[in-house]
Amino acid sequence: MNTSLSKKPPMSRDKILTLCAAVIGLVLLFVFEELFDRFTMQIFKLCAINIILALSLNLINGFTGLFSLGHAGFMAVGAYTCAILTMSPEQKEINFVLVPIAPWLANVHLPFVPALLIGGLFAGLIGWILGVISLRLRDDYLAIATLGFSEIIRVLLTNAQSVTNGALGLKGLPRFTTMWWAWGSAILITLFLVLLIKSSYGRAFKSIRDNEIAAESMGIDVFGMKVLSFAISSFLAGIAGGLLAHYLTTIDPKQFIFLKTFDILLIVVLGGVGSITGSVVAAIVVTISMEALRFLDGPLNLGFMTTSGIPGLRMVFFSALLMVVVIYRQQGLMGKAEFSWDALSKIGLLPRRGSAAEKGGK
Amino acid sequence: MDIQTFLQQFVNALSLGSLYALIAIGYTMVYGILRLINFAHGDIFMVGGYLAFYGVSAFLMPWWMAVIVAIALTTVFGVGLERVAYRPLRDSPRISIMISAIGASFLLENLAIVLFDARPKAFPVPEFFAANFVIGGVHIASVSLVIPVVTGVILAVLLWMVHQTRVGMAMRAVSTDIEASRLMAIDVNQIVSITFAIGSALAAIGGILWALKYPRLEPLMGIMPGLKCFIAAVIGGIGSIGGAVLGGLLLGVIELMTVAFLPELTGYKDAFAFILLIVVLLVKPTGLLGKNQGEKV
Repeated sequence: MNTSLSKKPPMSRDKILTLCAAVIGLVLLFVFEELFDRFTMQIFKLCAINIILALSLNLINGFTGLFSLGHAGFMAVGAYTCAILTMSPEQKEINFVLVPIAPWLANVHLPFVPALLIGGLFAGLIGWILGVISLRLRDDYLAIATLGFSEIIRVLLTNAQSVTNGALGLKGLPRFTTMWWAWGSAILITLFLVLLIKSSYGRAFKSIRDNEIAAESMGIDVFGMKVLSFAISSFLAGIAGGLLAHYLTTIDPKQFIFLKTFDILLIVVLGGVGSITGSVVAAIVVTISMEALRFLDGPLNLGFMTTSGIPGLRMVFFSALLMVVVIYRQQGLMGKAEFSWDALSKIGLLPRRGSAAEKGGK
Repeated sequence: MDIQTFLQQFVNALSLGSLYALIAIGYTMVYGILRLINFAHGDIFMVGGYLAFYGVSAFLMPWWMAVIVAIALTTVFGVGLERVAYRPLRDSPRISIMISAIGASFLLENLAIVLFDARPKAFPVPEFFAANFVIGGVHIASVSLVIPVVTGVILAVLLWMVHQTRVGMAMRAVSTDIEASRLMAIDVNQIVSITFAIGSALAAIGGILWALKYPRLEPLMGIMPGLKCFIAAVIGGIGSIGGAVLGGLLLGVIELMTVAFLPELTGYKDAFAFILLIVVLLVKPTGLLGKNQGEKV
């Protein structure tokens, strides 16, 4: 009895803590849904969507070390695919006023989940194709080429009127993204990424980031791994896009201008390029503070004077924050570190590992 | 299509292309020295346009004075930006500098929305530039003639400076190898500042000419021209001044000529530059006039 305790405790303590945290998290989700009004819940859902976006961008930028700026395009692909598939034929007729919808799409009507998955897979496919084309480039050339792809996708969406309804966008999408879907997907995707990064694939990604030539000489298929990472990242961005479409219920090509990628990049950099924990925490913090700082855009009372509302001040704050972090704390919140119970005990928030077992022994 | 329409389009393309070329030179010089895509270049261009606007409309300067003041202030601004946003990161990984550049661009755009107001402003065009004359049925605005001339003069001055003067020699040295040029007693920081000064001045001139051609100022007006001119610089071979001019002209001609000959593609106009960029990067990654730099282990 005693011996088995002294062998197992470190593992089981972490497992118990994880289990407790998961239960508390679930209870919190329930409580939040009961407690908060609809507006607060909207922000809460947006947190989950931003977590997915930040994680998918971090996979390619942080873990594989490929600086891609094309995320808005893949989101757009996912959002549009998912939206068109879930819209009922009547809804499509109402939306497509200028140019009628292409006949082969008019009567397609799928439930949310398959549509979301198809949207993600389609974005992943596009990502795979674009990856094969562009991943021979490096660094800034890759950044500008992926940015170019995302703009090309946007221009295509604006002009393919019979499929996407062009610049008018799609309105009146069903509000499928409930809190459970948003947070369920975010949690699943976080777990998936944690497992992916720990797997041999994740190690291959990181070795490419750290030294491409060394990775190649160790027998890693560098190009294949880069394309894989790019495709997975696009798939996740597509899923997030689909969720976002049914969260906003209205989409148009302008939402997916490349500045949207910068918003996600802000989260990734603040959280720490190459840290899943960092991205999750930063996504929540940035999303909430984006809302909380809305007062900056309105009239301000500075004590000695009152300004009459400066729209845009909030974004100035965030872009200045991005600059300050890049210049003074490049590693962001977490650097490349991840959350672990051990790290908590190291900074004294939890008793040290093994102390629980000693107590049990006595 | 008759010859007259062709000439008309060609004149338009030449003027747009020269403008692209002018801004592309700034990109190519900064990239040549620091290996940095100065994402904020397009926003410096915007600042130049706005400063000239405020010079004329708020400080009631004559337009030539407003232009000179705007160029001078923008130059100082660009040099300051390098000192604040790029210099502290010079020895950091390239991705950090790029994120800093993106952040700077993001910050300038948002600051411009706060300071200059998001609503578009009408740029006052002096009569001299608004004049319109007809040669053989081709309508030419005088600004369309001024732009290629300005670009030509600047190109000549820069080529002379880079290849004939001591500063130019130092620039070429720094762009080849920063460490070695430091050992040769070149003040690298000073050379980088000079490069940014030239680049920002060119961006300001470009911004003012752009505003004369399309008299509408918006805080986000620099984004698209900025991206396109970077693409022009890449097409021509980044780091090469002649290449930037060639790329700019090529981009202007392709953009306007495609729309003129295939009007049904008008909606796709903004995508041409990117498609061209990707084709060039895949076929000849060093650009048309670029030198091949081997990958270092």
